Amino acid sequence: MRAVPGAAYLLAVLLVVFAVFGRGFATPANLVNIGVQSSVLLLLALPMTLIIMAEGLDLSMGAVLSLAGVILAWMLANGHGLPVALAAAVGAGLAFGVLNGVLVVGLALPPFVATLGTLGIAQGLALVITGGQSVVGIGDALPALYRQELAGVPFPIWVAAAAFVAFRFTAGKTRLGAYVSAIGGNREALMLAGVRANVYHLAVYALGGAMAGLAALLLTGRINAGHPTAAIGMEFDAIAAVIVGGTSFERGKGSLGGTLVGVLTVGVLKNGLNVLAIDSSLQVASIGVLVVVALVIDSTLQAVAARTRAKAVAA
Amino acid sequence: VKAIAYRLAAVALIGVALTLATDVFFTTANLLNVLRQASLTFLIASGLTLTILTAGLDLSVGANVGLSACLAATVMKSTGSIALGVGAGLGFGAFVGVVNGLMVTALRLPPFIATYGMLWTLNGVTYWFMGGSTIYGFSPGFRQLGSGYWLGVPVPIYVMTAFLVAGGIFTRYTTFGHEVYAIGANREAARLSGVPVRARLNLVYILSGAMAGLAAIVYLARLNSAEADIGEALTLPAIAAVLVGGTSLFGGAGSLSGTLVGALTLTLVVNGMNLLAVDANWQPLVTGAIVIAAVWIDVMTRHRAEARV
Repeated sequence: MRAVPGAAYLLAVLLVVFAVFGRGFATPANLVNIGVQSSVLLLLALPMTLIIMAEGLDLSMGAVLSLAGVILAWMLANGHGLPVALAAAVGAGLAFGVLNGVLVVGLALPPFVATLGTLGIAQGLALVITGGQSVVGIGDALPALYRQELAGVPFPIWVAAAAFVAFRFTAGKTRLGAYVSAIGGNREALMLAGVRANVYHLAVYALGGAMAGLAALLLTGRINAGHPTAAIGMEFDAIAAVIVGGTSFERGKGSLGGTLVGVLTVGVLKNGLNVLAIDSSLQVASIGVLVVVALVIDSTLQAVAARTRAKAVAA
Repeated sequence: VKAIAYRLAAVALIGVALTLATDVFFTTANLLNVLRQASLTFLIASGLTLTILTAGLDLSVGANVGLSACLAATVMKSTGSIALGVGAGLGFGAFVGVVNGLMVTALRLPPFIATYGMLWTLNGVTYWFMGGSTIYGFSPGFRQLGSGYWLGVPVPIYVMTAFLVAGGIFTRYTTFGHEVYAIGANREAARLSGVPVRARLNLVYILSGAMAGLAAIVYLARLNSAEADIGEALTLPAIAAVLVGGTSLFGGAGSLSGTLVGALTLTLVVNGMNLLAVDANWQPLVTGAIVIAAVWIDVMTRHRAEARV
């Protein structure tokens, strides 16, 4: 039986507080809205979970997402079809994911600094391509798709749900999933067992880049334009969601379900503060506080559990 | 020492290239300008160097400069007192360091996560606090600190030199300095030989925060205005300066003088791009590539050293 992540308690408390104090928070329309707002973040947080479980980190995701969004918008604005434009965006994301993988796995660079470097490169490319301006006039195809609903559920939520199912499958039923935690926790054993750990390790980073490219579909659909700094810093929201969801930087422990709870916690916090008319800059700051609170709750729960176990043994 | 000589040679090489490529580079005015820019980068990077020496990291230095500068500007404007403003900037910078230290030592968060969270938290608070406004126009006396000259040399260069000398003595000849290197080289061994690891780490992060606060003051005096985005582009170059200066991300090896050489290199690259009229949008790309190259060299040097043993 897995322990409930501290985030689940946090999420419950936040929901109650905002429902009581925020007028218009607990309406069906707003709850759907939270789902839509959280969908981009979930697309980043799912691969980030696997990367962190493999004792890595990808700080470049926000910048790569921004770059992919710029490419997607530029292709659409220049008359290319949506499938081609999306392929280019995902391809650019994948290329950065592979670059991250080569730096971290091939050259053995520490992931946080290697991906900080690729963050700069992706951000610089997005700025150079656009001259720092927004790419507008992307036509109707993407906005129309973004507004689609199926069974009353908006398109972004379907995409996010499909991604979640696909990741659960990958983590539960494939070799990649089976090896991810061992890459971080016990690489030596993996290699001795004849597993090409490097290939799987690189694949995890490549997947992260490709998902950042895919997320450009939702981001660009939402803002109806490409902007070179649209998603700067979003990797921190993703990392926060993963940590809040109970995935640990040590020993490859973590879960995608926890990350889903973490993403919803971040989404509810931002939306609730918005409903309470709290400045959007402070919403950014609140995520940092959220991480610390979640970690304190988790370590308290662990201490309590350890004490209970010790008592049980003594008795 | 040999490593630093190589790095100085690289600096000289860039200098020669720029002298040949542009008319303006090798003029007293531009060289002093380069040194003044480099001294600001050095101030931010010096505290960061200490955290990296302990095998840690402080990604919040740039954002810390931003909020400390905005706070110092606000206090100075509303009270009219330079001392109170400077105190507010330094004090807040150090306070950020206290929180970073506690996250690393008490909550046992990996330093890069704790300080990355601090980066975004500070950014958010800065934008909220400033609300899109600009604070500008400080007293001439205060501005001397950033844009003044003494004996024909910009004041920030004196500030930098003072901290380079003091920091060099501090890291090389005091017990504290030896303990910083020892923690970075082997934390467990340092703890077993009686180094109060947590207390030293707390102090290192406080120093890093305080140096960011000091850099904020000098930066403010130089720009004569404060905006919410003032610290945004400072983190990556500062990290690049430390790594280019030869301080190892794995801890225990490196020096403040190396960081100065790194700061000079980074400033020369940016200055050269400006003189050659390269679009400023290229700067994050170039800095990012420099960071990757520097870490790569660091990793290879380490592997070669291990192979020799």
